[in-house]
Amino acid sequence: MFDDKPETTRMNMIQAIRDAQDVMLGKDENVVVFGEDVGYFGGVFRCTEGLQAKYGKQRVFDAPISESGIVGAAIGMGAYGLRPCVEVQFADYVFPAYDQISQEAARLRYRSNGQFTAPLVIRMPTGGGIFGGQTHSQSPETLFTHVSGLKTVIPSNPYDAKGMLIASIEDDDPVIFLEPKRLYNGPFDGHHDKPVVPWSKHPKGEVPTGHYTVPLGKADIVREGKDVTILAYGTMVFVAETAANETGIDAEIIDLRSLLPLDIETIVESVKKTGRCVIVHEATITSGFGGELSALVQEECFYHLEAPIERVAGWDTPYPHAQEWHYFPGPARVGEALKSVMEAV
Amino acid sequence: MAQADASSPKSNYNATKDELLKYYKDMLLIRRFEEKAGQLYGMGHIGGFCHLYIGQEAVVVGMEALKKEGDQVITGYRDHGHMLACGMDPKGVMAELTGREGGYSKGKGGSMHMFSTEKKFYGGHGIVGAQIPLGTGLAFANRYNGNDSVSLTYFGDGAANQGQVFEAMNMAQLWKLPVIFIIENNQYAMGTSIKRSHAETHLYRRGASFGIPGTEVDGMDVLAVREAGREAMEHARTGKGPYVLEMKTYRYRGHSMSDPAKYRTRDEVDDIRTNSDPIKKCENYILSGKHASEDDLKEIDKEIKQVVKEAADFSLESPEPDPKELFTDILA
Ligand SMILES: Cc1ncc(C[n+]2csc(CCOP(=O)(O)OP(=O)(O)O)c2C)c(N)n1
Ligand SMILES: [Mg+2]
Repeated sequence: MFDDKPETTRMNMIQAIRDAQDVMLGKDENVVVFGEDVGYFGGVFRCTEGLQAKYGKQRVFDAPISESGIVGAAIGMGAYGLRPCVEVQFADYVFPAYDQISQEAARLRYRSNGQFTAPLVIRMPTGGGIFGGQTHSQSPETLFTHVSGLKTVIPSNPYDAKGMLIASIEDDDPVIFLEPKRLYNGPFDGHHDKPVVPWSKHPKGEVPTGHYTVPLGKADIVREGKDVTILAYGTMVFVAETAANETGIDAEIIDLRSLLPLDIETIVESVKKTGRCVIVHEATITSGFGGELSALVQEECFYHLEAPIERVAGWDTPYPHAQEWHYFPGPARVGEALKSVMEAV
Repeated sequence: MAQADASSPKSNYNATKDELLKYYKDMLLIRRFEEKAGQLYGMGHIGGFCHLYIGQEAVVVGMEALKKEGDQVITGYRDHGHMLACGMDPKGVMAELTGREGGYSKGKGGSMHMFSTEKKFYGGHGIVGAQIPLGTGLAFANRYNGNDSVSLTYFGDGAANQGQVFEAMNMAQLWKLPVIFIIENNQYAMGTSIKRSHAETHLYRRGASFGIPGTEVDGMDVLAVREAGREAMEHARTGKGPYVLEMKTYRYRGHSMSDPAKYRTRDEVDDIRTNSDPIKKCENYILSGKHASEDDLKEIDKEIKQVVKEAADFSLESPEPDPKELFTDILA
C-alpha cells in the first residue's frame, strides 16, 4: 500500500489525523476541510492546527455552529466534485445533521441511479472515558451502520487513523470517520488511575510520512490466540488486550476498524478456530453493534460455537457524570465475560 | 420594529439602595462561586466540562430583577450563574459539579445539566441550541394554561447560528408566545469570534424576518439590562409575542477549563476587566449614590465568601452517588 519505502515519524492520533488531511489537501485540490473552530483555531482537539495557514481560508475554514448546514453543504459540494472532509466537534453533536446524513448523503447514489455520489468524510470524536458526561461521551456508531449507504469506520491507533482517513477521503462514498477521543494521546487500557502511556511508546505510533492507505473494510488481528475471539473496536481494543493479559486467557483480539463494510471473513475464520466469542463496545448494549455481530457470528459459526456469545457494553443508561468507571466497560467486566465463556461447556 | 441600540438615550435607571445592594450581592455570589469552582477544578475535585460565567453576571441578575413568580428560565451549558440567580442552593449546584449525591441531579448531570422545578429552572443543556425550542414550548404552556408567565430563553452568540433558532422564532411569533430570546453575545463561540462565523453580527436582528422586535443592550451594566428587559417583559407578558434581547457581554475565562485561549489577546481581556466590569460598575453606583461604604461592601464580600465556602465544603463532603443510582430515572 505504500507508494515507496516509507520513512516514519512518531505521532499521536491527533497528529496522524492532521497529517492525513495535510497529505490530501496537498495531493488533491478538490479536498476542502471545514467545521466549527476548524480553521483559525485549529480544532478543539487540534486536529486541523496549521492547515489553514498552509492551505488558505478557501480550503480550510471555520463554519458557524450549524451541524445540519455544514453536512448538507458538504453533500452538495461532493455532488459537484469536491471532496469535503468535515469535522463534527463531538459525535454527540451530530444529531442536528443526522437528517442530512441519513436521508441525503446515504441515499444520493441510490436515488440518482448512480449519477451522483456524496464523496464526503464526516470526522467526529467518539466515546467516553474523558469525564464528558452525557453530551460528550456517546458512541452513536449504530445510528450510521443502520442506514444503508454509509461507510462507518473507527481506527484505534495513529497508523490506522492516518491510512484510513486518507482512504476515506479518496473513497467515492460518504464515510463516517469515528475517532475514539480517549485514544488521541495514547492507548488507554481502561485503568483510569494509571498514568497515560503516550503513543510514542507504542509501535502503532510509528507513522509513515506522506501518502499511504489502510483499506476500509479490513479488520486487524491485534493479538493472536486460540481460546476465544474478542471482537472490539476503538478504545475497547486496548481494554480487551488488558483483560486478556490480566486473566491469562489466550484470546484472539480482532480490531474491526471498519464496521461497515465489515470484514466478516476474518471474524468467521477466527471464531471457527477458537469456538468462543466475546464482543465488546462502549455504546449502550441494546441495539448496539454487538447485537449485529452476535447475530452474524451465530449465523456463520453456530456449529463451531462451544459457548454462548457474550457481549460487554455500556449499560442501557445515559452516560453519567459521576461514577464514570462504573459505567465504562473496563477490563474487569471484559475479564468476567472471558472467564464465563471459558467455563461454559 | 423597535431597534434601539446601545447609544440611543435611555430613561433614567432609578434604582433604589435596596435594589442596588441586592444586584451587587447576587452578582458577587456568582463571581465568587465561579472562582471557587475554578479552584476546585484546578485541584481535581471537578472533572469534565465546566464553563464559568465570570464577566457575564449582570445579564442574569438584571433579568432576574424583572421576573415574577412563575416565570421560567432555560439556558445552555454556561448555566451556574442562571441557577444561582434563580435562587437555587449553591451547595446543590457545587455538589453537582463535583458529581456527588447532594447535587441537583445526584451527580449524574454535572456542570451542564441541572434543573429545579421549584425554582422554575429548566436546565442546563449541553447541546448548543437545544434549549431554544424548549424555551419556546415553555412559553406555549404558559399561554395554554392561561397564566401570564414569561419564558426567559438564554443562548450564546454561537448558538444563534443553529437552525433551531429560526424554527423556534418563527413558531414563537406565529403563535405570539411569551418568550424572550436572550442572546448572551460574549463575542466568542469557543475559539471562533463572531466575525468569523456570523454574516449578520447584530444579533438583536435575529428575529427581524419574523417581525420579532429586538434590542441591543449593554450587558455589562445590570441597570441597563433591567431597563431593556422591562420593555421586553412587558411585551411578552401582555400577549404581544416574543422579543429578542442581545446582551453585549464578555467572558473573562476560557470557554471551558481546557481552553488554550489562543484566539484573543490578553490586552483585550484586561481592557474589559478594568474598564467594563459589571460588578465594579454596580459598586460605583452604590458608592457614588452613598448607599453604602467601601467597608460595608467588604463585609458583604466576606459573607458571600462564607456562603461559597460552605457550598464547596458540602460539595466535597457529600458522598458519590451509589452506582445503583445510574439506573434510576431513565423511564418511569
Ligand atoms: C450541537 C452542538 N454543537 C457544538 C457544540 C460544541 N460547543 C459547545 S459550546 C460551543 C460554543 C458556543 O458558543 P456560544 O453560543 O457563543 O456560547 P458561550 O460558550 O460563548 O457562552 C460549541 C461549539 C455543542 N455543545 N453542541
Ligand atoms: Mg459566546
